[in-house]
Amino acid sequence: MSRSRRWINAQPSMFLKITLGLLPFLVLLLVYQYQSDARKAENPKDKLLPSFSEMSAAVDRHAFQPSKRTGQYLLWRDTASSLTRLLSGIAIAALLGLTFGLATGAFPMFDALSTPVITAISLIPPMAILPILFIVFGLGELSKVVLIIIGISPFITREIYLRTKEIPAEQLIKAQTLGGNSSQVVFRVLLPQIAPRLIGAVRLSLGSAWLFLIAAEAIAATDGLGYRIFLVRRYLAMDVILPYVVWITFLAFVLDRLLILISQKSFPWYHDD
Amino acid sequence: MYKLFSAHKTQTTRRQRGFFTPLIFSTCLLILSAVPLGQAVAERDSFRVCWSIYVGWMPWGYGAEAGIVNKWADKYGIDIEVVQINDYIESINQYTAGEFDACTMTNMDALTIPSAGGVDTTALIVGDFSNGNDAIILKDETSLSAIKGQKVNLVELSVSHYLLARALDSVSLAEKDVTVVNTSDADMVSAYTTKDVTSVVTWNPLVAEILKMPGATKVFDSASIPGEIIDTLMINTQTLQENPNLGKALAGAWYEIMQNMQESADVRASMGKASGTDLAGYEMQLASTHMYYAAGDAVDFVNSPDLLQTMQYVAEFSFTHGLLGEGAPDAGFIGIATPAGIFGDADNVLLRFDPTYMQMAADGKL
Repeated sequence: MSRSRRWINAQPSMFLKITLGLLPFLVLLLVYQYQSDARKAENPKDKLLPSFSEMSAAVDRHAFQPSKRTGQYLLWRDTASSLTRLLSGIAIAALLGLTFGLATGAFPMFDALSTPVITAISLIPPMAILPILFIVFGLGELSKVVLIIIGISPFITREIYLRTKEIPAEQLIKAQTLGGNSSQVVFRVLLPQIAPRLIGAVRLSLGSAWLFLIAAEAIAATDGLGYRIFLVRRYLAMDVILPYVVWITFLAFVLDRLLILISQKSFPWYHDD
Repeated sequence: MYKLFSAHKTQTTRRQRGFFTPLIFSTCLLILSAVPLGQAVAERDSFRVCWSIYVGWMPWGYGAEAGIVNKWADKYGIDIEVVQINDYIESINQYTAGEFDACTMTNMDALTIPSAGGVDTTALIVGDFSNGNDAIILKDETSLSAIKGQKVNLVELSVSHYLLARALDSVSLAEKDVTVVNTSDADMVSAYTTKDVTSVVTWNPLVAEILKMPGATKVFDSASIPGEIIDTLMINTQTLQENPNLGKALAGAWYEIMQNMQESADVRASMGKASGTDLAGYEMQLASTHMYYAAGDAVDFVNSPDLLQTMQYVAEFSFTHGLLGEGAPDAGFIGIATPAGIFGDADNVLLRFDPTYMQMAADGKL
């Protein structure tokens, strides 16, 4: 029997690949449309599954018309606030993760001192200690950023730690036989190799970062993507919620792509394989 | 490169089955998804009622547990399932989506969620109104006017927000004089302990908890706007019209529960326990709740022209906060029918206060 007869070897053509990829999305849209129509037939004002035209009207109101109450363009204001919180949280968490991960991975003494406590901290569910976070960091912007940092930096730290440990000991020995001191080994041998892996770790933690951002905004806020969703949920405005969810998904996708791009541009050697 | 479906005809059936399994699966999925979520309303004999934890609604939990709801359902030959939902807003959303036939909610949330969502809703039982249960608390200030310029933490678009609007009105301030910070009720007490928070609007038992803290002063509460924050059992109007027995069974059960509640401290203690406090804590909440133990009093309340005035305030607040939907041209877009008259569009009545069933209970005709 020839190789080509087995399904595991059947490769889709480019056209088929794109078609197959789009198919589930199309099915989901059709199922949604059908369900929405069915509910609308029963109650034309149904809010649970709004029609696509209602959603586009909601997008128009939130993105392209100033709010009646505040005169602001809500979607953009929400996006700016949320992205500021998210990006500052991720940047600080990445810096913390890199510092501690590299230090614990490189220095056995520091490893012995801090790995147990970092492991313990990483196991605490951040949502469980919210009241403590409020009391320490207040209810303003700071506490929202801190929640993201607490949520993702232990993961990044442990990831960097493991990646540092993976770097072959031969490299470190070689650098030392060439006369390298500790800081030269850390900054010239380890850091350059860890940098692309840091981007990888940040990419993996993006999902959690969004989760913590939205949780923080649900608790106390005056703007933000999560704030808007939780606010309008009070009157079941799914016509606002669904486009916001799509927008968040899109932003998350763009962020992820950007990180890949940065990684490819800055560390081409890492992506050669 | 070759086409996907070029596999040879003589391929083993095992492989083919491997291909058909996902096909069958997705077909099932499609068929399943073709079943509409909403169910057509018609005369039937099985109903679902939801309630959430609040001082004035604890009787439903007791009534279900003690078998009183079942007893009355049996009397009218129907089935009533009473379901407690932990998230208040979620319970209203579920009711609005058609998952429940009746649900406990306030007058304002009934207007802004089911009615604004096109679900014609009737207040079957008016159980109580908040008579101090909702309050504005300031930190280190003792008069309401000091709220000017402050950040105010509250659950935005809730009755707390309404209370704030009414309070600001009473001291000639407007909402633009403060900054409203949407804060989850679950985190209100711990939020108050932080230095960022200087004023909160919330409800009991959170009010009692916050007032225990240093510097906390209650500067306004719902006792200043009596009868405006009303706790009701709302029911789908169409379901009620097609199934009057459901209305009778619920009203009958409710006033039997009310009688037990009024007469027996044990009953009140069990309600207190179910709401996470004890008899003393529950009685304290009851003290700031105007319960209508007697059906006749509730009927008088619903018949009074004051209710019409209240619903006008509520509709105006809801309209200015965009809660009646973007298509609403004015506060009267959704008609609200009360025995004293209709507020708003008489051709678009979607919220009704109907004392019929409470009257039957008052007359002992159930």
